[in-house]
Amino acid sequence: MQALYAQLLVGLINGSFYALLSLGLAVIFGMLNIINFAHGALYMMGAFVAYFLLNLGGINYWWALLIAPIIVGIFGMILERTMLQWLTGLDHLYGLLLTFGIALIVQGVFQNYFGSSGLPYAIPDQLKGGMNLGFMFLPVYRGWVVIFSLVVCLATWFLIEKTRLGAYLRAATENPTLVRAFGINVPRMITLTYGLGVGLAALAGVLSAPINQVRPLMGADLIIVVFAVVVIGGMGSIMGSIITGFALGVIEGLTKYFYPEASNTVVFVLMVLVLLVKPTGLTGRAA
Amino acid sequence: MKTRSIASFLLSTALTFAAAGVASAQDKTVKIGALSDQSGLYADLGGPGSTLAAQMAVEDSGLTAKGWKIDVISGDHQNKPDIGTAIARQWFDVEKVDVIVDVPNSGVALAVNNVVKEKNGAYINSGAATSDLTNAQCSPNTVHWTYDTYMLAHTTGQALVKAGGDTWFFLTADYAFGAALERDTTAVVTANGGKVVGGVKHPLNTPDFSSFLLQAQASKAKIIGLANAGGDTTNSIKQAAEFGIVKGGQKLAALLLFLTDVKAIGLETAQGLNFTETFYWDMNDQTRAFSKRFAGRMKNNAPPTMVQAGVYSGLRHYFKALEALGGNPHDGAKVVEKMKSIPTEDDLFGKGEIQPNGRTIHNAYLFEVKTPAESKGPWDFYKLVGTVPGDQAFTPLSESKCALLKK
Repeated sequence: MQALYAQLLVGLINGSFYALLSLGLAVIFGMLNIINFAHGALYMMGAFVAYFLLNLGGINYWWALLIAPIIVGIFGMILERTMLQWLTGLDHLYGLLLTFGIALIVQGVFQNYFGSSGLPYAIPDQLKGGMNLGFMFLPVYRGWVVIFSLVVCLATWFLIEKTRLGAYLRAATENPTLVRAFGINVPRMITLTYGLGVGLAALAGVLSAPINQVRPLMGADLIIVVFAVVVIGGMGSIMGSIITGFALGVIEGLTKYFYPEASNTVVFVLMVLVLLVKPTGLTGRAA
Repeated sequence: MKTRSIASFLLSTALTFAAAGVASAQDKTVKIGALSDQSGLYADLGGPGSTLAAQMAVEDSGLTAKGWKIDVISGDHQNKPDIGTAIARQWFDVEKVDVIVDVPNSGVALAVNNVVKEKNGAYINSGAATSDLTNAQCSPNTVHWTYDTYMLAHTTGQALVKAGGDTWFFLTADYAFGAALERDTTAVVTANGGKVVGGVKHPLNTPDFSSFLLQAQASKAKIIGLANAGGDTTNSIKQAAEFGIVKGGQKLAALLLFLTDVKAIGLETAQGLNFTETFYWDMNDQTRAFSKRFAGRMKNNAPPTMVQAGVYSGLRHYFKALEALGGNPHDGAKVVEKMKSIPTEDDLFGKGEIQPNGRTIHNAYLFEVKTPAESKGPWDFYKLVGTVPGDQAFTPLSESKCALLKK
């Protein structure tokens, strides 16, 4: 039983990353109607920016949490301005292919310079060590990841669903022409939204840097699972993607305990089941 | 008229045969296929570095100056046996490749082994670990150059059991390699009076090991044996540190660790790990000289791993065999047989031999990872703690199940 608690907690930790990443995807899909396949590459860039900040600029983890999402977010906004915006109104497939291509290029460039086994990034001193919870030894850093990403997820949900800015955003998705008529700069808002989604990916990258290696393929390995999470949760649903992210982390954790061989397929099995029963995803609205 | 035409027919036939004979003896074209994981979790320990090693072997052999024409091509098997065999088939059928080198990932390596035998090519495997390549699945076309699971078990594994690590829990990569390494290590552990108390099989290329590490922690085994490689090993070791496993008194056995893995983990976390390799760049003047030339041509200035070094010296030995044959017979089994008849000796692995089952025998070295204070340069990672002579490190012929030995 104790082992089970431990696995649940470990699942929550992985779920935090799923939640942060799928949240970004959901925001981008919900507001821009783009299936952002570059998300994994941008997550990876977040981790690399943190690495560079520390090793070239001497800027520590805490600042990296703030600066890396901004830098990668700006990179994302440039992508949106120069490429993605021209795809408005076209089939989803175009956005998917374009972002997939961007992901391959970005990963290829990083791989060319940094190889595939990655670079080490140390856990910040303040979060080193761990505490004994009785049923498991919880590294402080992992606890921090769960709490921090939960806060970020809820804040994002609040921003989009409960504030005036969020209301504009949602309105702009429904009827851009009408919102423009109210004197709101819709294209700029869309760019900023993409930047926000990308920033969330980069933030997840910084969070994961001390746990995993800072590797060019770290995002490619994760992104497929995260897409499954988004599909299960329902494309474009903010709360749905947060809850599914955490829930699937837990389910995956349990699989690692009961039948480890299946741990990297369980998410896809679930995805198939959900699509069979409810094609719009658990919380999704009909397209 | 009639006699003349018969005579001319006989003459022309004789000439044709003679020409054919001369051509085969003097055929000096060779094509080398470096098949590896070019972009995944094993790309740094093999990958583009192995292709470079193959090119350097060609240049250093001096054969081009003697009129040989040698080409190196490379392929990416993506750690998938079906892709690996498809490339190998295409190489033999279309590209007319003579020898396939490297091939990390035991699953792919065993699959390619069958293709090479079927096509009568030559196969000098450096990257894969499974001891089955020269054991149950040995082939007259195959030389397994650098290391194998038996050697890893009988060096690192044995040393740890003898130092008191008598209970083991395995974290095993769930494919041919992990299974072979766990099997060979288990045999050593039990033979030395130890016990395996449990294990978990994880999928290849797992980013998060916390779940498995917790199970290892709960097992209370003295040694957690990592029967995995590359990115899986680095993640296991990093995350084990995070979960306080080593501080809690359990010891990690990195059964297979490469130079690039240590770089990726960082000395802060990796220091003190014990493991075995058959090559390290900083062993002597020769290895340093080669590594300096090699690193100068690598994008990230990395010195060679033992896998890449194995590609180089395996090919150098292959060229020796070709030279002794006086030309390329385009007959893999024949060249491999010649390779086995010549003792191996080169700057990187020292003296050794290739056994009838295809296993190359050379010294294995027990290393310990240096502390950050001991390290004097960006790749100064290992200190030598012991040398195991080749005949003690690798499978004795009496234990080998290779069918080639029963003649």
